[in-house]
Amino acid sequence: MVLKAFFPTCCVSADSGLLVGRWVPEQSSAVVLAVVHFPFIPVQVRELLARVQQVSRVGVTVLGTWCHHRQEPQESLGHFLEGLGAIFSHEPWLQLCRERDSKSWTCKATRRQASAAADEDQVLLIFYDQRKVLLSRLHPPAALPDRQAGDATPSARGLAAVFDTVARSETLFRSDRFDEGPVRLSHWQSEGVEASILVELLTRASGPVCLLLSWLLSLLSAVSSCWVCRLWPLTFVGSKLSTCEQVRHRLEHLSLIFSPQKAQDPTQLMRKANMLVSVLLDVALGLALLSWLHGKNRIGQLADALVPAADHVAEELQHLLQWLMGAPAGLKMNRALDQVLGRFFLYHIHLWISYVHLTSPFIERILWHVGLSACLGLTVAVSVLSDIIALLTFHIYCFYVYGARLYRLKICGLSSLWRLFRGKKWNVLRQRVDSCSYDLDQLFIGTLLFTILVFLLPTTALYYLVFTLVSRAVWMLGLGLDTGLAQAPAPGGRRAGPDPSARGRGQLPAPVLAGPAAVPALQTGSWRQVPRPSARGWQASPPPDADEPPALQPRDAHLPPPQLRLPPQALVELPVPQALLRGAHLPLEAEGGQAGLRDTAAVRSGPGTLPSRPTPSGTGAGPAWGTSTAHRSWGLGAAPCSCSSPVCWGLPLV
Amino acid sequence: MEDEQSFSDICGGRLALQRRYYSPCCREFCLSCPRLSLRSLTAVTCSVWLAAYGLFTLCENSMILSAAIFITLVGLLGYLHFVKIDQETLLIIDSLGIQMTSSYASGKESTTFIEMSKVKDIVINEAIYMSAKPRLDCLIEVYRSCQEILAHQKATATGP
Repeated sequence: MVLKAFFPTCCVSADSGLLVGRWVPEQSSAVVLAVVHFPFIPVQVRELLARVQQVSRVGVTVLGTWCHHRQEPQESLGHFLEGLGAIFSHEPWLQLCRERDSKSWTCKATRRQASAAADEDQVLLIFYDQRKVLLSRLHPPAALPDRQAGDATPSARGLAAVFDTVARSETLFRSDRFDEGPVRLSHWQSEGVEASILVELLTRASGPVCLLLSWLLSLLSAVSSCWVCRLWPLTFVGSKLSTCEQVRHRLEHLSLIFSPQKAQDPTQLMRKANMLVSVLLDVALGLALLSWLHGKNRIGQLADALVPAADHVAEELQHLLQWLMGAPAGLKMNRALDQVLGRFFLYHIHLWISYVHLTSPFIERILWHVGLSACLGLTVAVSVLSDIIALLTFHIYCFYVYGARLYRLKICGLSSLWRLFRGKKWNVLRQRVDSCSYDLDQLFIGTLLFTILVFLLPTTALYYLVFTLVSRAVWMLGLGLDTGLAQAPAPGGRRAGPDPSARGRGQLPAPVLAGPAAVPALQTGSWRQVPRPSARGWQASPPPDADEPPALQPRDAHLPPPQLRLPPQALVELPVPQALLRGAHLPLEAEGGQAGLRDTAAVRSGPGTLPSRPTPSGTGAGPAWGTSTAHRSWGLGAAPCSCSSPVCWGLPLV
Repeated sequence: MEDEQSFSDICGGRLALQRRYYSPCCREFCLSCPRLSLRSLTAVTCSVWLAAYGLFTLCENSMILSAAIFITLVGLLGYLHFVKIDQETLLIIDSLGIQMTSSYASGKESTTFIEMSKVKDIVINEAIYMSAKPRLDCLIEVYRSCQEILAHQKATATGP
């Protein structure tokens, strides 16, 4: 019969004593957990073992004796050890003996009841590294509470039983031979938990340091959430600039890393370690960038190149406007409107260039100080860069907004007057198109206005088209940077995946293209992508899994589900252009605006009348404006499109 | 009880198989591979350096020569560490499992342990399973001994 004895490598050099462990009869193997040294009192050893057994539910007993002859072999010790077999009886009784500095061991296993056919058992000695076996989790999970104390779960087979035994006997390893207890044990803890004094010092110091840092971070976050920073302009600006977002993320992660609570389980520990490593990497890269930037006067060169670049862009835009004011692509524009719009935009560019020139002496200093922010991390530096680009091309974005609003207004007016042309009216209450009998003078004025708008349409459409293209080109540029930010290591990177509409500056009413380029109104997802740049409002929820690379997460993992805006039943069967004209394209803020208008419309008038005069600030529109400004982002005052109401040109722009 | 026999591998080199019989339930097989021969090392080094010199005469860039030296050194180290096997050991313990250790020329040792309950049978696979690439006769010896042990183990497992 072969008996397997699992012996820990840490006990190889231990002094003589008793072997303590667990006997697994199914595999006839003895797992030695520790060695009890002389002198000991048998009663106390038994008490200790009983206590350990009760707590850990592992059947720990005395398995045998261990003899390590440091000097010449002692006969008396041998007899003494054999006598111990009488005190602690165990079947079979293991006797391991080792000569001093010799590689040969003597292993004997004796059975008290010597059966007839039994010769002495052969002992197979297997060494195991106790600490590694303890920490590896190759055994089945903890036993169910309804099992009795005393033995491990029988389902652990083979080697898993050994792992299970060692892992669950942690209480036995609490005291070792250097403690002052009644029983002196030798196991893996006797080797010393940590051999390096530096590491010990670090572990001791890390507690107070973590406390201090977490206190500082909480102070910072308290400051940032105080009432001053909650004022509307600041929150708005903060949500648009990606720098603020990045800094906020960085604060979050740092506070998580330095939190004084220990990690509860390996997953959390892994997450913490992951985050720490990525923050360190980020900071290291940022410092490298900083040192590169501050050497050889690169900042000066950058600043010198910035203003001429802005000038160049402005010049190109001026050329573009001059072209539009002429006969662009051979199209004939309405001269008056053309000149007005062109001059307006030219003046805008002129203002912008003046501002840039005004700040040009300070640019180098500003850049230098902003470059210092790279020490917070590479992601912060990249986000600052993307913000700078956004600020520099702000005027292009403004042009886009102007063109879009104007175009939108025109289309609303056209659709409404077209309905009037055909004798129909949009019923706000019922959200559908009703027939309506107009007076003669209403029809006359309506037709007149309709004609005017139709003839002004090409001009507005062209401006809109040109500036949309230009702003999208700029936006592509920024998209590259944002993609880079998104691919950054998870804790430092942005939450969502590359967001195509992240560069935009707020919620615009959806620009409507009535032609074949129309985004199909019945596709709800697409509205969120191209013209709905609202990425900055999404970081309210903390990242669910900071150690998952954001690219693997579905794009809208933490976002509210896209709100399905189903057009009314009557419009669903219509082909797209008709549905558009009937207002199926209106996005949700228009819905909100319409809801506001609904209240006012119900108050004001019944169906069949023109509710308001074309006054600049229709009083009827006031409340509606108020309810929907919450949706507005840039305050350019895009009124809710009230195309659904019979008159939409009653509501002013800015 | 030890036993040594000499075989040859598929490339013609000499392999030494050492069998250690510790007990009816425990056996160890140790396969030693031939050392790295000076001839092959010289041949490879010379060919690499000749190629580098040829490139150098074409491109007139002395970086190529340094690169060739560097590549040779790194390649040799990598070969010794990852490819060249010094010794392979197969240890079978009846009730415990099978352990295969490969030790490389740079001193690296990689060990695989398979628990006995997971072992259904030992077979000779068509593709060479041991990195030392022994020939069939060597494999048959090992196979026979392993089957003895497995049979013995099954007998004790199903017996009383």
